[in-house]
Amino acid sequence: MSKQRKAVALISGGLDSMLAAKIVMEQGVHVEGINFFTGFCVEGHTHAIRAQDNAKPNRNNALWVAEQLGIKLHIVDVIQEYKKVLINPKHGYGTHMNPCLDCKIFMVNKAKQWIVENDFDFIITGEVIGQRPMSQTKSKMPIVAKQSGADDLLLRPMCAKNLPATKPELEGWVDREKLHDITGRSRKPQIEMAKQFGIDDYSQPAGGCCFLTDKYYSAKLVDLWKAQGDKDYELDDIMLLKVGRHIRPKPNFKLIVAREEGEGRFLQGYKKEFISMHCSSHPGPLTLIDGEMSAEDLYFAARVVARYAQGRDEDQVDITITQKDGSERTIQVKPFSKAEVLNEWHV
Amino acid sequence: MQEAIRETLNARRLLCPLPVIRTQDKVKQLNTGDQLEIICTDPGVMHDIPAWCRINGHKVLETNTGNHEYIIIIEVGAK
Ligand code: SF4
Repeated sequence: MSKQRKAVALISGGLDSMLAAKIVMEQGVHVEGINFFTGFCVEGHTHAIRAQDNAKPNRNNALWVAEQLGIKLHIVDVIQEYKKVLINPKHGYGTHMNPCLDCKIFMVNKAKQWIVENDFDFIITGEVIGQRPMSQTKSKMPIVAKQSGADDLLLRPMCAKNLPATKPELEGWVDREKLHDITGRSRKPQIEMAKQFGIDDYSQPAGGCCFLTDKYYSAKLVDLWKAQGDKDYELDDIMLLKVGRHIRPKPNFKLIVAREEGEGRFLQGYKKEFISMHCSSHPGPLTLIDGEMSAEDLYFAARVVARYAQGRDEDQVDITITQKDGSERTIQVKPFSKAEVLNEWHV
Repeated sequence: MQEAIRETLNARRLLCPLPVIRTQDKVKQLNTGDQLEIICTDPGVMHDIPAWCRINGHKVLETNTGNHEYIIIIEVGAK
């Protein structure tokens, strides 16, 4: 009997990678999933933070897909390593701050290391030629295979027939005839295929698999880098970009204003790292202050915070300022009017 | 046979999927039958950790909620 071959499938939580894994599983290959957590993944997070989203199922789609397929899923923390991909992408950024091509190369390279360490035979991705403008054009496919070091061990079952045969096909580990030739942005072939496999519940993220394809998120990241004078970040920084209203009235500081209860609770966890403010005479959101500021700036910030409290139309409200060590003091300020909080302050 | 042990993992303030990743890494160091208590603040874990356990053959023994904390006790399955 021939040896049972083993493949690791990059599972994003979306339909394409789910189908790609399924196609190969159907051919008798042992498949396990791998999912890389960069810190920017759409999975999890904000819906866990925002109380109002709690009604939605806040499942992790990668885990869910693995469970539907009946395969193991290895989630790998690549937060630190991913920095060099995002900060200095060799192939540049996409429409926003998404370094998709470098990201793909990085992930396939990590998967390659994983198969070597775990004695697996090849790698599967759900890539489809022409699906995404930056990383999934026909000319980019060989770049990912080559620069990741995966070479002919990288199989894309969804579009393999449009690409040169890979080792799994040449060696007969999988039957090339049973692979597919999907191209383009239409989702019809995938939806049809899902139906044939009896898969009727799946997630189809519109933009991409991570926040870096989001215009507003990208703007906040660029603002962060500009303010700190370099492109570095820590996990807490990029988490906070997902939460609250970000307002930068002056280059040296910004305010992060909770938009609702869940965000307020989340921001509470950062009170030892940031000066925080809240309105103590009226109900109002918790606000973190990020940056170095003068006494004058602090007063200015307090007037912005007052604008988001229920006493916004009063002549004067109390704003309590909490230092990182927990010490508090309260000042009286006149809330800014709506017109005084300029649109361009909103990051 | 080795005595089963019970360990605690502090995953407070971590957002999913980090509590799952930390659980996964901790379980790698444990043996079949050992128990792990995971203390979290992200409600998403009530969904994700049991799902992760089902996929990987571990057992959820207990889940508790209160005071904005979510505590899950699991038993490591066959490795
Ligand atoms: S959308 Fe994000 S995770 Fe997906 S390939 Fe692009 S950069 Fe990577």
